[in-house]
Amino acid sequence: MGQYTLFAVAVFSTHAEDDEGSNSMNGRFVRLGETERKTVRIRVDGKGVEALAGDTLLVAMLCAVDHVRQSEFGNEVRAGFCLMGACQDCWVWTAEGERLRACTTVVSEGLQIVTPQAEAQWANL
Amino acid sequence: MGQPVMGRPVMGQPRVIIVGAGPAGVRCAQTLLAAGISPTVIDESRRDGGQIYRRQPENFGRPYTKLYGTEAARAEDLHTTFERLRAQIDYRPNTLAWNVAERKLHIVHEGHASALPYDALILCPGATDRLMPVKGWQLAGTYSLGASQIALKSQAVSIGRKVVFMGSGPLLYLVASQYAQAGAQVAAVLDTSKFGQRLRALPKLLARPDVLKKGAALVSSLKKAGVAVMNGIEPLEIVGTDAAGVQGVKYRDASGREQQIVCDAVALGYHLRPETQLADLARCAFRFDEPTRQWLPQIDELGRSSEAAVYLAGDGVRVLGADGAELAGRLAAYAALSDFGHTIAASTLDELKRQQQKMDRFRLGLVEAFPWPAAQAARLSDDTVVCRCEGITVGELRRVTRDEGACEANRAKAFSRVGMGRCQGRYCGHAAAEIIADAAGVPVEMVGRLRGQAPVKPLSIATVEEVE
Amino acid sequence: MSRSQADVIIVGGGIMGAATAFFLRQRGRSVILLERGLVGQQASGTNFGNVRRQGRFLPQLPLANRSREIWGKLPELIQHDAEFLMSGHIRVCYREEQADQFEVYAKEASQYGLKLDLFRGAEMKARFPFLGPEVLSASYSEKDGHANPRLAAPAFGRAAARLGAQIAENTEIATVEKEGAEFRATSTDGRTFHAPQLLVTAGAWGSLLSEQFGEPVPIAVHGPQMAVTEPTTYGILPVVGVSSPHIEEVLYFRQITRGNIVIGGCARGPAYPDVRRAYVLPQNTLLQFRQMHRLAPALSKLNIIRVWSGIEGYMPDDRPIMGASGNVSGLYYAFGFCGHGFQLGPGVGDTMAELMDTGATSTPLEPFDIRRFATVATRAPQAA
Repeated sequence: MGQYTLFAVAVFSTHAEDDEGSNSMNGRFVRLGETERKTVRIRVDGKGVEALAGDTLLVAMLCAVDHVRQSEFGNEVRAGFCLMGACQDCWVWTAEGERLRACTTVVSEGLQIVTPQAEAQWANL
Repeated sequence: MGQPVMGRPVMGQPRVIIVGAGPAGVRCAQTLLAAGISPTVIDESRRDGGQIYRRQPENFGRPYTKLYGTEAARAEDLHTTFERLRAQIDYRPNTLAWNVAERKLHIVHEGHASALPYDALILCPGATDRLMPVKGWQLAGTYSLGASQIALKSQAVSIGRKVVFMGSGPLLYLVASQYAQAGAQVAAVLDTSKFGQRLRALPKLLARPDVLKKGAALVSSLKKAGVAVMNGIEPLEIVGTDAAGVQGVKYRDASGREQQIVCDAVALGYHLRPETQLADLARCAFRFDEPTRQWLPQIDELGRSSEAAVYLAGDGVRVLGADGAELAGRLAAYAALSDFGHTIAASTLDELKRQQQKMDRFRLGLVEAFPWPAAQAARLSDDTVVCRCEGITVGELRRVTRDEGACEANRAKAFSRVGMGRCQGRYCGHAAAEIIADAAGVPVEMVGRLRGQAPVKPLSIATVEEVE
Repeated sequence: MSRSQADVIIVGGGIMGAATAFFLRQRGRSVILLERGLVGQQASGTNFGNVRRQGRFLPQLPLANRSREIWGKLPELIQHDAEFLMSGHIRVCYREEQADQFEVYAKEASQYGLKLDLFRGAEMKARFPFLGPEVLSASYSEKDGHANPRLAAPAFGRAAARLGAQIAENTEIATVEKEGAEFRATSTDGRTFHAPQLLVTAGAWGSLLSEQFGEPVPIAVHGPQMAVTEPTTYGILPVVGVSSPHIEEVLYFRQITRGNIVIGGCARGPAYPDVRRAYVLPQNTLLQFRQMHRLAPALSKLNIIRVWSGIEGYMPDDRPIMGASGNVSGLYYAFGFCGHGFQLGPGVGDTMAELMDTGATSTPLEPFDIRRFATVATRAPQAA
């Protein structure tokens, strides 16, 4: 198991510089085309992310980072599952505490998403 | 007949609501319009087309041939048909049908809820992938097969740098080949079905020889592209870490040897399961479908459910694929029209029913060739997650079955929380039934099915009722 | 045909019946519990899950206090905690009349040993910051809380079985008769069950049985309107409920440690005991949303993922039927708990077991006597 993990790490630990056009080395999804689209700027955990007009929020996030939220009942991160609004795995929090289902939300300028769990004081005004 | 005004039916016209603007819903609307009835068409998505003919965003440029391959002409015909119909129907995109009660469909659009009364409700909500858990499938980077296709088709992305396609069904080969053609790296195609099963199913599959030919072509194109295609495999584990997600797949090959493949994404699925929640809320009767080992709403040959004024069509009631869905949409429209007193030419109906029977024979062939891997359930390790939403393990589900007597789906859900999550059992329900059946030593039909409750999908507490 | 004999037959396997079966076994009495479906499937399994004493009819507090003690001891008693959490419970209000009533109630309840703390204004805001701006006052009961209704009755049933109770699920009773000194219950498949004592804990169906013994009661059947949110970070500890003369404002919610928030109230829904179905009306769900916006605005950001209802029996005076029959010796009742029976369940079980075993109980039950619904026609002569 140890050797296997090392090999996997070797394959995926490439350098952290952003590639022009295809995908960020930190992103999970890989753009295969349709890259001649207007830029849309959002923020994920405070960091600027450049998406393309027509991206869903899920695709916009996962072309830049590798997860969209933290699992509530396990230690793993989550990155969506069905991409068609059925599994409900990709509900994310905005910085204002609103809920968005990332795979069925079209990315829009200025969206601010936070990926860790909401704080314990979320209900307090 | 007067021109229907948007949102208000013409005096004397029956109010027909269609849920779903995919192949079934579009052909249903088209058939109704031809008979002079203008339906309301509700669709949760932003655009029409459903799943298999899902449309890319308006600012994308790929041609139909690139998006839909051999089905390009059918996809284009469906889309242009809908574009023609749009002005003549009450079309409500971005609208969720979340409940149905007392002859009203309850919908929500941009946070506003309203109730639409109907004289006929035609449900064409389509299907989702059908999943059997595998250890590690909760790791980030695991997607349904359908998801991997949606990523490519409607967003021009691959779900990862190196993708393993695993499961069974015609979609497995279709999507893998689409990925290969689009320049994505396909690590392998791992099919749980055995070649022998496909041979035995051949007589039924020959009901649609053109589809069968296309399927064979996909497999050979994948092999030509150097993609490893394995049959008769058993998934063992999706390996990776909590923080980084998927890093590989372990499986047992057909000769029983354990194998490993490095990858960063897995597309997993075993054909499709109908979205039956609205039919359930409309109190339609269900019956157990032995070939597919699942509960499906009862329909007659035209799509009438057990409930007056409720009709069911398309993959949302029987998975027949897009062509079958288009047919079913037409048939359901004719059923409603006939129930309203219209005369439908017997020859028209007979021809459609004949084609439907061919589709159904093919459907049964697919089920035989690419079976739901029920037997995997018994071999899942106790620490495998079965309910992804709630993080409940197979071991916990077995415990409530064996130690607390929960041998029925809803009882097991009440005790273990399996099926209590946001997806309300869409992705764990079938596997859970197999696990319970095995642990209790009863046939899976005895386990029953999860009782559906509203809302069909999560509904925001910020939803306000629309003031008339 | 199979014939079973015991000291006590209990008809109805909700929390009342299951708890009584357990406590009777503790007292060495043999018990047969007859349940048409599975233990705890009806009102016991579908209610809100409140384990609260404040707000109750004052003469019910001794029973509620007795029950509360048992809730705290569940792990040692039945090897299951039913997820009981002493999270505290607050009753809140929007009007001065209710705020005044809170003060009166707090004084009177203290005489029954229930300590309540009243909060208003800035102090209330500081202590319960999630409350909406319309909330005037909060009455806090520190030692109350909530539990999981899906688990509690089944846990009592399994504990009773471990002690030797005969639990007969999937057993529908066709007739119950008394012959001489013995009751005979006959199931639809012909099995008979015999005992000198019979307890009716059949919930919304209890009156069907009491009627057979000449003691009909005017039971009304309603469905609670329940909803639950997706899980979110655990941060709201007390159970929260609105006190109001207007039912549409009476919203309540509780957050479980897994993070989901269970919501109920504002209306009663349709329930059909003959077919054992009950429904949540869509308009009631939307009504609950409106009221949540007033009670705890931050919750408006969440999604609900499921609604459900159940079948609850209500008496016109909002008090249950509990105690010995007025007509037939050896016959006892504990049903019709008006949607507020869950907290009382363990206490009812303990009290009914004591009553049936010894002939008396230290917990006053007079307010719940079935004879309060007796008419001249139904009142039987005082027979042995």
